[in-house]
Amino acid sequence: MDTGDTAWVLTSAALVLLMTPGLAFFYGGMVRTKSVLNMMMMSFSSLGIVTVLWVIYGYSLAFGDDLGGGLVGDPSQFFGLTGLMSEDSIVATIPSLAFVGFQAVFAIITVALISGAIADRAKFGAWCVFTVVWATIVYFPVAHWVFAFDGTTAGEDSVGGWIANKLLAIDFAGGTAVHINAGAAGLALALVLGKRVGWPKEPFRPHNLPFVMLGAGLLWFGWFGFNAGSALGANTLAAVAWVNTIAATAAALIGWLLVERFRDGHPTSLGAASGVVAGLVAITPAASSVSPIGSVIIGVLAGVFCALAVGLKYKLGYDDSLDVVGVHLIGGLWGTLAIGLFATSTSPAGVDGLFFGGGIDQLWRQAVGAFAVLAYSFILTLIIGFAIQKTIGFRLDEESEVEGIDGREHAESAYDSSTGGGSTRPVVAAKKTAESEVPA
Amino acid sequence: MKLITAVIKPHKLDEVKAALETFGVQGMTVSEASGYGRQKGHTEVYRGAEYTVDLVPKSRVEVLVDDTDVVDVVDVITKAAATGRIGDGKVWTTPVDDVVRVRTGERGADAL
Repeated sequence: MDTGDTAWVLTSAALVLLMTPGLAFFYGGMVRTKSVLNMMMMSFSSLGIVTVLWVIYGYSLAFGDDLGGGLVGDPSQFFGLTGLMSEDSIVATIPSLAFVGFQAVFAIITVALISGAIADRAKFGAWCVFTVVWATIVYFPVAHWVFAFDGTTAGEDSVGGWIANKLLAIDFAGGTAVHINAGAAGLALALVLGKRVGWPKEPFRPHNLPFVMLGAGLLWFGWFGFNAGSALGANTLAAVAWVNTIAATAAALIGWLLVERFRDGHPTSLGAASGVVAGLVAITPAASSVSPIGSVIIGVLAGVFCALAVGLKYKLGYDDSLDVVGVHLIGGLWGTLAIGLFATSTSPAGVDGLFFGGGIDQLWRQAVGAFAVLAYSFILTLIIGFAIQKTIGFRLDEESEVEGIDGREHAESAYDSSTGGGSTRPVVAAKKTAESEVPA
Repeated sequence: MKLITAVIKPHKLDEVKAALETFGVQGMTVSEASGYGRQKGHTEVYRGAEYTVDLVPKSRVEVLVDDTDVVDVVDVITKAAATGRIGDGKVWTTPVDDVVRVRTGERGADAL
């Protein structure tokens, strides 16, 4: 065990945890005043639900010994995280529970990311049910495919997932397991729930762009834990990932703004925030396998591709409200495939891509990994979504949606715009007054 | 007596207020307003989607004046609020039957 590595991974885990509240601000600012709380609650509910699932059986499904074919881990092996508290239980050079915590926050944010596709119109209870089912049958297995390497979690004999060990696609910090996975699921749910009332005719302008920028800032900050923490050690690999993360993100910010400047006439704050997220998404899988210059190229193109991709929903007619598809699916696909183009053997991953003399060997591995996750996530999410819609109902009724989901689902409003006293009063006091008015 | 109502560009409010004070107007009511005239509003772009924002922020100034001052006050407001560009706003007058000063109960011109 290495104390420096342990300190870094625990710190990284805390950084990644902050990304989900950051995402709540990012998404919350983009919706209207009447649905900001619901938007933020979808992220916060993921913090609650996914963590508990992770402790009970999620970690075991993802990192338990493979049950066969590299598809899913043994849920009984680490059920309740049994046996992981001892001093002998380590993953690489850190305590097993440091790894458990670090991977838990990945699962949380992946689920939370999906919620951006169904802003304003999902029943909160149905979303919570979806969270349980989706994490269980989509995220935990896919995390096993991508993150469970042979020999990592339960001694040298432990058997991991097929993408990590057989396909040998590079996904350093989760371009497939996190972003393509969430993006494909977002697309499926947007199709199951349908368009918001009034979309795309009515304006759905962001109600608070400073929230969006605050959220993007918190995401960027936390993302250093996401990417540099994925080195699982305080070492060169972590430093390379850190620098690649900042380089690609900065370039994507510029790329997105350039598209806006030339296409729309104005570089916008929403564009800057979105460019940041697009760059972070794209560099996530590639942070260990490209050079800083490669990162800049991947980043600037991520900004351009994602800025153009968010317009797809208007052309194709699906209401991916906050552009989970345009940013996470497209950004994740680009970053994952870009490894096959820009990977260099001078990087810690030690693989050459197409542009560095490696031929198409790595590129096809990346493509198979990316599209396998995309297809699995999209199809399974469609099935889960329709099942929930047909049984307990996923979509909120039209009246509640127009009135505002915050009031209907949470009995709260984000902003109190009454200026004087007297417009609201406590229910308890009102009841007492009413009783005292009854003649004795 | 007349009620003069002016809907003007918000950034011209201070100038209009100062000009009215210089002219000798003792009080006024100012409120935030939004609306549009012939030029309509402006467009905003969010992630490539263009929205027309047709209600533009404006300031609404209301002044109660004696009949003899109406022409001058309208003139003062018009001059102070003008930029020469679209969206400068409108000024109009409305007849007022009576005015009461709440504190003293004075009526009519005495209450101005």
